[in-house]
This record gives sequence, C-alpha cells and structure tokens, in this order.
Amino acid sequence: MLNKISNALFKNSVLSMISALVIVGMISGYALVYVYKYATPKIEENIEKETKKAISSIFPGTVTIEDDKDMFKAIDAKGEVLGYAFLAEGNGYQGTIKLIAGADKEMKKLSGFEVLESQETPGLGAEIGNKAFKEQFRGLPLGKNIEYVKNRKPTKDNQIEAITGATISSRAVVNILNKKIRK
Amino acid sequence: MIKDFVKGLWKENPVFVQVLGMCPTLAVTTKAVFGLSMGVATTFVVVSSSIVISLIRKLVPKQVRIPMFTVIIATFVTVADYMLKANFFEISKALGPYIPLIVVNCLILGRAEAFASKKGVVRSFLDALGMGLGFTAALIVLGSVRELLGAGEVFGYRVLWEGFTEWIVMILPAGAFITLGLLVGLFNVIDKKVMNKETKVT
Repeated sequence: MLNKISNALFKNSVLSMISALVIVGMISGYALVYVYKYATPKIEENIEKETKKAISSIFPGTVTIEDDKDMFKAIDAKGEVLGYAFLAEGNGYQGTIKLIAGADKEMKKLSGFEVLESQETPGLGAEIGNKAFKEQFRGLPLGKNIEYVKNRKPTKDNQIEAITGATISSRAVVNILNKKIRK
Repeated sequence: MIKDFVKGLWKENPVFVQVLGMCPTLAVTTKAVFGLSMGVATTFVVVSSSIVISLIRKLVPKQVRIPMFTVIIATFVTVADYMLKANFFEISKALGPYIPLIVVNCLILGRAEAFASKKGVVRSFLDALGMGLGFTAALIVLGSVRELLGAGEVFGYRVLWEGFTEWIVMILPAGAFITLGLLVGLFNVIDKKVMNKETKVT
C-alpha cells in the first residue's frame, strides 16, 4: 500500500528526492516551532532566576532587583540601594566565561562577582567559582586595576592571589573585571 | 527479538565493543551524573529517531536517505537540548555544547543505517533501546571511576575517606583516555572468561 502510494507520487527519482527532503524538513521545522514555544519562556526564566541568585549572593539582603538597561540595581527590604551589578564576559582557558560583577552604591569598591557560565577545567580552572577565591574580590578598590600574584599572599589592596594550577583562569577573571571597570 | 535488545548491553556494547560515540564518552564523563544525563539524552534520541526512520523506511528514496536521517536525528537532538535547558538547567549548563553534538554521534546514525532503515518498528525500538542503555551504562561506569578517583565522590556522595589526595588527572582529558583504555581491557578479559565458560559448558 505504502509502496504504491510512494511509487505513484514519486515516479521521477529527482522529484522524489526533492519532495522527500522538503517534506521531512517541513515536518521537523513545524515540530521544532512547538518545542521552541514551549521551552523558550522556561529557559528565559531559568536564566533570570540564576542572575537574581547571583546578585543576591553578591549583595546579601537583596530583596528586589531593578533592571536598569545594562545593569541591575540591588535593593534591600528598606528600599535602600545596596549596589549595582553588571554582566561581563571574556575569554577563559576554554571558551567564554560569563560573570556578573557587583559594585557598591558609591561605585568605589567591588562587591564581588559570581560565575554565570564557564567551561573551565573541573577541579582546576572551575575553582574560580569557589568561595575562597571569590571572597578576595570583595572590597577591592575600583580606581585601580586589579592585579594577581602567584603562590604568596597579596600585599597591596588591589591584589588577589591566583589559584595554584589555574593561573590562566584566574587571570581571565581579573582581565574581564578590569575591562568592565574601565568602562 | 530479545536478542535485538540484549546485544547492545554487552556483546555489541557501543562504547566497549564498537567504540562508537567517543566524543561525548570522553568529554562529559568527569562525573557520574553527567554520564547518566548524556546517556539518557542519547538514548532518547536514538530510540525516537530509530522508530521514525523505521516507520518511513519504505518511503525514503535510497539516494537521499543519509540527509533525511540526519534531519530527523537533528530534530530530536534539538528537542532534547531544549527540554534539558527548560527543565534541567544545571545539567544542561554542565554538558554545554555536547548535547547539540549528539547529532554527530555515529552511534545514532549507525543504528539508523544498519538497523532501523532495514527492520520493523518493534525490532528497531528494541535495538535502539538496548544500544542506548548500553551506552548509558558505559558512561556511568566511566563517570563513576573518574569521579571516584578525581574527586573522591560518586554521584556527588563522598565515598573515599577525607584527606584522600584527589587524582586531578582523572578529571582532565588524559584521565578519560586512561580510564577508557583500562575499562575496554577489563571488558575484554571478562568477556573472554565468560566465553570460555560457555564453551566448556556446551
């Protein structure tokens, strides 16, 4: 039965090839439209949720977050502005690192950062998401470029200690932040 | 029929015997849970594409079957990618580009070409399910070994004692090759022993 239909429809082999491909393409296209419609709002919600979570951990006590063009305002329960958060990205050791960085309300000090996306090596480069590393950035002055030192404790107020075995990833974070601060 | 299902689990295991789909096998198995998720996503794609391809196998002009199979497979991969992003955001982030890359996993096109395009729907389904589960099992084993030695944990649960020095190399690419090599060797040893016993019995 199916053979008969296909023979009748596609006598010409070139035509049959083209129509077969067109039909398959159209059906999968339609199917994907529906999947896309279902998934996109959920995906956006996930990304938003993650950004909000990151902002709350940079500014503890954040209750509401206002979206202000390319930055976010973190506001506490009393309605006071705690600080501002910016998205920043740049090249890491493998692929792009996406960060969100926070500045205090006077724009004088860094309030820290969170890693949103990265493909750094697990166990080494991925340690940039580690609390001990992130905490070093809290309170760095925004006036100076951030510097990194290796295998010793930082001596100046604009220095942080790079992760052993992951200098490139540590440097990447520093560079991404410096670039953003200059802007 | 049962044979179609069982062969993917051991005798023709996609990872240990056919050595197919090495890219995800080596890349994502830094943790057992990533191996499991990659395995489930691949199983979903191989099963659904095998069913569809088996259903339309008589309508497909021979000359364009490969592009058609590829479009069908790509569709299911995109579905899997969106579903993971929508419902399991963390896992999807960790697996990164390797979910879309299921498209080029030769295990899937291999099953389509070698089995689903020639056999009926039920047999194709069983074949794909067996292959998918065999692939998943192999990835979980690989991921567990690497996570155990590289982080002292399996599925995120602490297994080894505190103070165990983690073998960082195991979660780096080199560890993937070392583990896979040893597991393929172990697989062959076990396989031979079992085979010997079988021949003695018969």
